[in-house]
Amino acid sequence: MNLIVKPPETFRGDFSMRNSEAAILRFPFPFHEDSYMYAVNMEPHVSGGPTAAYDAVFDLDEHYLGDMQDRALVLEEDPARCQVLPHMMDAEWDTLELLMENIARDYPEHFSLTRDGDNWHWVNRPMQIDDTFTFGRAETLPYPPFEYITRQVQGDFTIQDQRDNNLFMDGGMVTSQADWSLNFDLGMAFHEWHGPVPVAHEIGVFDRALKYLLRLQYGKPVRRLNWTLTVNPRLDTSPENYPLWGPDKASVTPANVGEKMCLRVELQTLTRLPRSNAILFGIRGYLIRLEELARVKKWAKRLHRVIRDMHPEIAEYKGMVRYRQMIVDYLAPFDDGAVLNPGTAPEQSSL
Amino acid sequence: MIARIANVSAISETIKRIVLEAADGSALPAGAPGAHIMLNIPGPRRVWKNAYSLVAFGSAYEIIVRRVQNSRGGSAWLHDHAAIGETIEISMPVNLFPMARTAQKHLLLSAGIGITPFLAYVPALRAHEKKFEWHHCCKLADAPAFAALLPPGREAILHTQRKTLDLPALLKRQKLNTHLYVCGPAKFMDTAVEAAQKLGWPGAKIHTESFGGATGGAPFRVKLAKSNIALDVGPEESLLEAMENAGLNPPCLCRGGACGECELPVLEGIPDHHDHFLSDSQHKTGASMMTCVSRAKTPELVLDF
Repeated sequence: MNLIVKPPETFRGDFSMRNSEAAILRFPFPFHEDSYMYAVNMEPHVSGGPTAAYDAVFDLDEHYLGDMQDRALVLEEDPARCQVLPHMMDAEWDTLELLMENIARDYPEHFSLTRDGDNWHWVNRPMQIDDTFTFGRAETLPYPPFEYITRQVQGDFTIQDQRDNNLFMDGGMVTSQADWSLNFDLGMAFHEWHGPVPVAHEIGVFDRALKYLLRLQYGKPVRRLNWTLTVNPRLDTSPENYPLWGPDKASVTPANVGEKMCLRVELQTLTRLPRSNAILFGIRGYLIRLEELARVKKWAKRLHRVIRDMHPEIAEYKGMVRYRQMIVDYLAPFDDGAVLNPGTAPEQSSL
Repeated sequence: MIARIANVSAISETIKRIVLEAADGSALPAGAPGAHIMLNIPGPRRVWKNAYSLVAFGSAYEIIVRRVQNSRGGSAWLHDHAAIGETIEISMPVNLFPMARTAQKHLLLSAGIGITPFLAYVPALRAHEKKFEWHHCCKLADAPAFAALLPPGREAILHTQRKTLDLPALLKRQKLNTHLYVCGPAKFMDTAVEAAQKLGWPGAKIHTESFGGATGGAPFRVKLAKSNIALDVGPEESLLEAMENAGLNPPCLCRGGACGECELPVLEGIPDHHDHFLSDSQHKTGASMMTCVSRAKTPELVLDF
C-alpha cells in the first residue's frame, strides 16, 4: 500500500489537522443511499472497496504520527484508557501478532517484522521504534503486549471474550472515542454496552448481530461502518473529558459550520483471534471537515439529504440537534436534487 | 491452504496420528485447544470434507484419525493412502469448543475418538496451572491405545466398563465454577449433558464438541421464476453459492444469516431456515428465505428472482 506519512498535526488546541486531496478521496463515506437507518450492515472484510481506505487489513493514513502522538497524550493524562482484564493475556498476544503481521505485510516500506521462533524483531520506522522481544513473555516488552502494539496502530481497539453465548468487553485501548467510556463498559456483555443506542434494540439489530458474531470464523474478518458528527477534528471526545470538548458545541455558527463541523466515520473491523478465541474489534476513526467533504459532489448532496431527513431519535442520539439545521443550510446549496447512484464511491478521481 | 503430510504413525490398527505442515514451508496459522480443521480428502468420485480436532498445533498440526467401520469415505482414504510427502487441502482452524478461561476447574468427559480435543486441552491447562479431572471411556479392546494417549498423572482416568464411572455422583460432587466438557459419540454426549442438566448445571457451564458451521446439507433443486432457470444445489454449497456459481448476482452481505440482505420470496416449496434474521412466525409461514444459510425441506423450491 502507498502510505505517505505527514509530520504530526494536532487534534486538539489549534486543530492543525487537515485532509489532503488524496485523503479526502479515500475517505470511507458511510451513506450508500439518501436515508439512514440502523441495520446489521456487516460484510466480509476483504481487500478493496469504494475507496482506498478498504485496501489494507488495518488501514494507516497520512495522519498516522499525529494520531499516535494524540494517543500518547491521552494515556499520559489518563492511563485507564487502556485496560485489559487478566484472563485476556492470550488475546493480548493474538492482537500483537495480528497487527504486526498485517501492518508489516501491507506497509513494508515503513514496518518490518522478523520472526525466529519466539524471538521477534519489530521495526516501526515512522515512530523510530526498533525492538526485539520474546513472543509470549510480556516482561521482554516496554508495555504489556496489547498496549505496546495499539500505541502504534491508528484506531481504537477492544477485545471481546466469548463465553456463555455472549461477548464481554474484557479489554481495550480507547483514546479516540465518540463519547463512550472503556472504564465504564469494561466487563460488560454485548447488550449491556450497547444499552444507550436508541431504536436498534427494538428492531432486533443487536440480537442478530450477536448471533452472527458468536460464529465469526478465524481468517474471515468482517467490517461495518458507523458514523457521528464531531465539532473540530478532535479525536478524544470521551465522557471523561467532556468539559474540554462539550463547550465546543456552542461555538458552531452558520459562518464557521463548514470548517468546524466534522463527519466522523468509524471503519469497524471484527476479527476472530486464534489462541484466545476472543474477538478483536477495531474502531478506525476518520475525520473530515464539511468543507473538505463538500468537494466531492455526490457526498455533499447525499449528506444533505441524510441529515435533513434523519429519524429524530437518531439525530438526538448522535448529538446533532443543536446544529442540525446549520448543517442542512450549509449543504443545501450543493444539492441540485439530482438522482444519485447507490453506493458510497466518490465517483470522481480528482477534486 | 495446502498442507503436506510430514508424518503418519499407527497408534493401533484402527487409529493413526497424522502430522501436517504447510506445503510451502511457511508458518501455519496459530491453533488453539478445542480447534478443528477441515481436510479436503480426495475420493474417486467426490471430495470428502472431514473435520478433525487439532491434538497439537505448534510448528505442525497433529490430528488423530480413527478408521470408521465399513467406511468408504475420508477416514479409510487417510488410513489406506495418506503417506509422508503427500499434499492435502486443509482449512484454517475453527474453534467451536474453546476452554472457558474464567473456570476454576475443568471436568472433561470423553469416549472413543472423542479423546482428541482434550489431548490439546491438557498442555494448556497444565501451563496455566488449572485444576482439571478427565474421565475417558472406551471399549476394552481399545484400552491399550487410549491408555498410551492419555497424559500421565492422577487427573486422567480410563474407564472400560460402565460401572466404574458413576456420572451423577461425579457431576454432583463438583464445586461451583467447574465447567463440563463432553466429547464423543452422540449418545454418550446426550447422556452426559442430560445428567448434568438434571442436576441443575447451568447451560453456560456445559460445553459439547461441535464441528457446526457447515453450509451444506441434502441437495435440492431450485427454480428461479424471473430468471427462468433451474439450479441444483449440491450438498457442499449454499443456495447463494449455487446462484453465484451459475453466474447470477443475487443480493448478499454478511453470508451468515444475520443481515437480511439476501432474503428472497418463496413461491413454492418449504424452506429449511437456518438464519437469525426472520422471526419464528416468518419462518413458519415460509414466504421468504435467506439464501446464504437456508435450504429446502421439499425436493424443490421456486423463488421469485
